[in-house]
Amino acid sequence: MAATNSYILKPWLVVVTGTSLIVGLFLLDLSLGSVKISTGELINIIAGNPAKKSWEYIFFNFRLPKAITAILTGAGISVAGLQMQTLFKNPLAGPSVLGISHGASLGVAVFVLSSTALFGVTTNFQEALGSWGLVLFAISGSFLVLLNVLFASARISDGVTILIVGLMFGFITGAVVSILQYFSDPELIQNFLVWTFGSLSGVAWSQLQVMGPIIGLTLVASLLYSKQMNALLLGENYATGVGVNVAQTRMKLILTTSIMAGTITAFTGPIAFIGVAVPHLARLLFRTSNHKVLIPATMMCGVLIMLICDIVSQVPGAQTTLPLNSVTALFGAPVILAIIIKNRKMKGAF
Amino acid sequence: MEDVVKIIREAAHFTKPILYTKGLTIGYKTKHGILELEKDLDIKIHNGELVCLIGPNGCGKSTLMRTIAGLQKPLSGETFIAEVDVKSIKPHQYAKLLSLVLTDKVNVGAMTVMDIVSIGRYPYTNYFAKLEANDYAIIDRSLDSVHLNEYKDRFFSELSDGEKQRVLIAKALTQDTPLIMLDEPTAHLDLPNRVEIMNILKRLAKETNKAIFLSTHELDLALQTADTIWLMNREETLKSGTPEDLVLTGAFEQVFQSDAFTFDKLSGSFKVVHPIKGKVSLSGNGVQSTWARRALERDGYEVVEDTDLPISIHYLNGQWELEMDNEMFQCQDIAELLHTLRTEMSSTVQHAK
Repeated sequence: MAATNSYILKPWLVVVTGTSLIVGLFLLDLSLGSVKISTGELINIIAGNPAKKSWEYIFFNFRLPKAITAILTGAGISVAGLQMQTLFKNPLAGPSVLGISHGASLGVAVFVLSSTALFGVTTNFQEALGSWGLVLFAISGSFLVLLNVLFASARISDGVTILIVGLMFGFITGAVVSILQYFSDPELIQNFLVWTFGSLSGVAWSQLQVMGPIIGLTLVASLLYSKQMNALLLGENYATGVGVNVAQTRMKLILTTSIMAGTITAFTGPIAFIGVAVPHLARLLFRTSNHKVLIPATMMCGVLIMLICDIVSQVPGAQTTLPLNSVTALFGAPVILAIIIKNRKMKGAF
Repeated sequence: MEDVVKIIREAAHFTKPILYTKGLTIGYKTKHGILELEKDLDIKIHNGELVCLIGPNGCGKSTLMRTIAGLQKPLSGETFIAEVDVKSIKPHQYAKLLSLVLTDKVNVGAMTVMDIVSIGRYPYTNYFAKLEANDYAIIDRSLDSVHLNEYKDRFFSELSDGEKQRVLIAKALTQDTPLIMLDEPTAHLDLPNRVEIMNILKRLAKETNKAIFLSTHELDLALQTADTIWLMNREETLKSGTPEDLVLTGAFEQVFQSDAFTFDKLSGSFKVVHPIKGKVSLSGNGVQSTWARRALERDGYEVVEDTDLPISIHYLNGQWELEMDNEMFQCQDIAELLHTLRTEMSSTVQHAK
């Protein structure tokens, strides 16, 4: 007989386990890096009497903002992915897969590189990273691509073909970025390339003050859409039939998705595959597609995965760090392959 | 606005038609102009009435349903629900008057039956879709009436097609609307499931006094269950009436006119027309001769009661006697009867050559 759905995991158990895992990983993420700071030392630093002044500096100016960025990025990019999957009714939708991150990259490239190309002024990349202008450009970039992909998807019913459309948008934006690079200052190009590797450590406190509220607000907004998103799962006509304004809901989802994906990409660089993979992980763990459970579940899983990816990218014990984008791809791409193989017809993956 | 809310509350006790249209013209605007499917429709449905919409493919059944459901705009004319012009009804109010069961495929992996059915409460619940005791009671009642209360925690994707359809009907019931509209609810179902769905709908119309309106290709079932049938056709305007009246006036034959079959008024069903290759006489009464007649007709014989024909068949003592060219054949069953008839016919033809 088919399995009945008593949530395999008891809700309180999930919350307790999830929270303690997040706290544990958060502390681990704080303590690991080029210098290992023990948990006891972490408490001393927070209490205000560090053993070494340099540790305190490292902790407050690098580790803490980076770990907070990991949390915001993990929750934000995963929920953006979930919203896209519901919006497109496609289990393979996600910011990196459908070219939304590429759109954001294009926005960043236009903002940073065009000033040199057009006016011969060299922008300071690190300074630009924190600015509202850059964030706005990134959001516009992802919004434009998302709108176009959605437009295309209205004409294509096949779930896999839409991936090719996303890929093409990726190529187009990539080409424009290349052209911009061709006219840019070599140092700037190098900075830009490093940014495309993805990194959580480039986000300082001043930048977190921009990123934090934006991601926080859009996450709250997403929670408020859970009702409409559930109705959308039944299809647009059924959603209309229960009184949901489909056009408005779709626009809300597009806006919040592009704001989330655009903002995160603007600060951390493109983060590959987390957005596609995490919602599936959440569905698998919680055995539900009901957004009332799934959205918080996706946030939780996203935070966990992002902290793990950040810890892995530090290569504990070594002095080097790996590009974050590669680490997330190593985790996420196999998940996508598994989805395609498991649901050859792409049905029921929700 | 106030009025609409009040009317919605009273809609279930309406004695006048709960839905009617005035000069409704449906169709599409295409690149090449306007495609009118039906013109100046004046149709009405009462509370407690089960209406079946029947018509050949492409006659505009879905368009009519989509137009009434508000999913598509009419070319002209008005639709009134509970005496209110639907143009003045907001979408979220509309959802309290009319619920839908569509042909759209619902692919939701990890949604339980409960998750899906509670979506029917969306027009009534708050921003977080929080269910109150009253909502749970309605959900329970709806699941009971489609016999799915045990299935609450099952995944929708793991149900059979018939069960899925019943879940969607329960969702519509949960919406607690005076009108329920179903687009081909029995399509893709096997016979027991088709009958069950129709029985459920019939019972619901009577018990809950809801107006239920559905489109179907199941002529037999519609004739047996509908209070009213709307017959649609590309050439003529929609005809509305009780199933029996439509049979007697010949409306059914007209709509489904074809060389390939005829409508038999006595049995109320369509019969396939077979090319005739000969006449046989058949004597005997009861179920045996009825089925023998069907077999012979299927094989291309015109069956008459006249006994003077060269070929005659009698049912006697549990077997068939075939008399042909003064020869007598005994056959145990219809298969043997048909086989003998065929071989004898072909040998006669060869002799003649």
